[in-house]
Amino acid sequence: MAADGSSAGPLLVTRGVTLQYKTAETLVTATYRVDFSVFRSDRYVLLGPSGCGKSTLLKAVGGYIRPTEGSITLAGSEITRPGPDRVMVFQEFDQLLPWKTVQENVVFALTASGTLAGRAAQERARHYIAKVGLEKFGESYPHTLSGGMKARVAIARGMAMEPQIILMDEPFAALDALTRRKMQDDLLQLWEETRFTVLFVTHSVPEAIKLGNRILLLSPHPGRVKAELGSGGKDEIHALSGAMLSETILRLLFAEEDIAAEASQ
Amino acid sequence: MTLRQDFIHESVAAGDAAVVGRPLRLWERLYNLAWLRQVAIIVALAAAWQIYTSVLDNALLFPTLDATLEAFWQGIVRGGLLARAWASLSVLLVGYAIGIALAFLLAVAAMTSRIGNDLLDTLTSMFNPLPAIALLPLALIWFGLGASSLVFVLIHSVMWPVALNAHAGFRAVSTTLRMVGRNYGLRGLSLVLRILLPAAFPSILAGLKIGWAFAWRTLIAAEMVYGVASGGGGLGWYIYENKNMLETANVFAGLLMVIIIGLAVENLVFGIVERRTVRRWGMQA
Repeated sequence: MAADGSSAGPLLVTRGVTLQYKTAETLVTATYRVDFSVFRSDRYVLLGPSGCGKSTLLKAVGGYIRPTEGSITLAGSEITRPGPDRVMVFQEFDQLLPWKTVQENVVFALTASGTLAGRAAQERARHYIAKVGLEKFGESYPHTLSGGMKARVAIARGMAMEPQIILMDEPFAALDALTRRKMQDDLLQLWEETRFTVLFVTHSVPEAIKLGNRILLLSPHPGRVKAELGSGGKDEIHALSGAMLSETILRLLFAEEDIAAEASQ
Repeated sequence: MTLRQDFIHESVAAGDAAVVGRPLRLWERLYNLAWLRQVAIIVALAAAWQIYTSVLDNALLFPTLDATLEAFWQGIVRGGLLARAWASLSVLLVGYAIGIALAFLLAVAAMTSRIGNDLLDTLTSMFNPLPAIALLPLALIWFGLGASSLVFVLIHSVMWPVALNAHAGFRAVSTTLRMVGRNYGLRGLSLVLRILLPAAFPSILAGLKIGWAFAWRTLIAAEMVYGVASGGGGLGWYIYENKNMLETANVFAGLLMVIIIGLAVENLVFGIVERRTVRRWGMQA
């Protein structure tokens, strides 16, 4: 059943996905037979330590990497290449085109993808830039903005596309703690207003609990699904474990490490 | 132990320190003007020239600044110096434009396919170290005495450095930007034109500047050797002719013209392009 009941079945389905990539010397297995499903209007978080393949998984959903095994489908059709129905928001500040103003950056996304043109593109860009609170900075170039503002522009650009799903790859990880908190609050506020579907990658447990309604825990080397937990947006007693959600998550993540440590002894 | 009281100011008065920005003094402001500093350097060099040559007093070896300026003026009024400069520039622009166009074709091919990449690597490592002048005899055999021979060597001198710089610039574009481009449906040529080209513009501009300087040098040198080939001859031929007639002041006037055109292109053309693009975009300080 869909989370909001508006449509039947999940939006994004990942079945038995194994992802591998080659470095100069080795074939690295990033994830091994990962299953998960994202429903419409989910705030779905991929959480795990570094090396659990969460970013690689997100890139596969983005269509940048083809799975060596398994399938990823969005609204029933298989993902084979990048496309404007899945918009990526990155951590890096250079995701904005430095030669375009804030307004032009958003318009670029709309026109390059053939979503909208001319006046309609300008109007929609203005609407979403205002939504993230940057209406006064439409004519500014990215290098004159702070890190938080750049992240806002990237989010505005993603939302303006009105995609099926927004893919966020640790978008706030490079921000200072105060800005990050504000950005998290604002993202939730934006979600309340438009109920977009978002797949969010993070390695921060508090961020996962605060932003996600579903949290997928991945264990590292290679990434496998450890658990999927619901979150009410606050750190509460979790029914399954009887402990606080954050403790439950940490225990699950560390248990894996302890076993690995024992095995290596 | 002293007891320290917690406090919160309801309003924070700035007082006299509220002057956040003090205008700089006239001297400081003048020193901040790049062109003014450059002019000062040129004036100092000119003064040194005038003093040295006055002391030397040998117009055949090293004419004074005022004799050179006089020869420059006379050259413009009577000697057709401007026509010579134009003859050089018009050939140069043709060679420069074709060289850049070919360089971009190569660089784009190198970005879009692996064999294109190998082609660029191989060709540049073969031909980039080859002096353009060394090709001039061959050019004369192929194209005869005429502007087309000069254009041929110009293309050779422009193409490789511009292609190398453009390619290096394309390769330095961040993965994130490329992924952003692909996310919005750009692929192949559209990705190159709409993402890679502007993102690599600082490096491309540097390549264009190097290409310009190479072309200018090559042309003047080529004209000195085979200058009579191109119609009335260009600046190189002007310099060479006057050297044969021992008109040293005119030789200096020709050199001055080369320098003036170089400075003008650097400061006006490239300077303006730089201000409107890479500086405005914050891609170059």
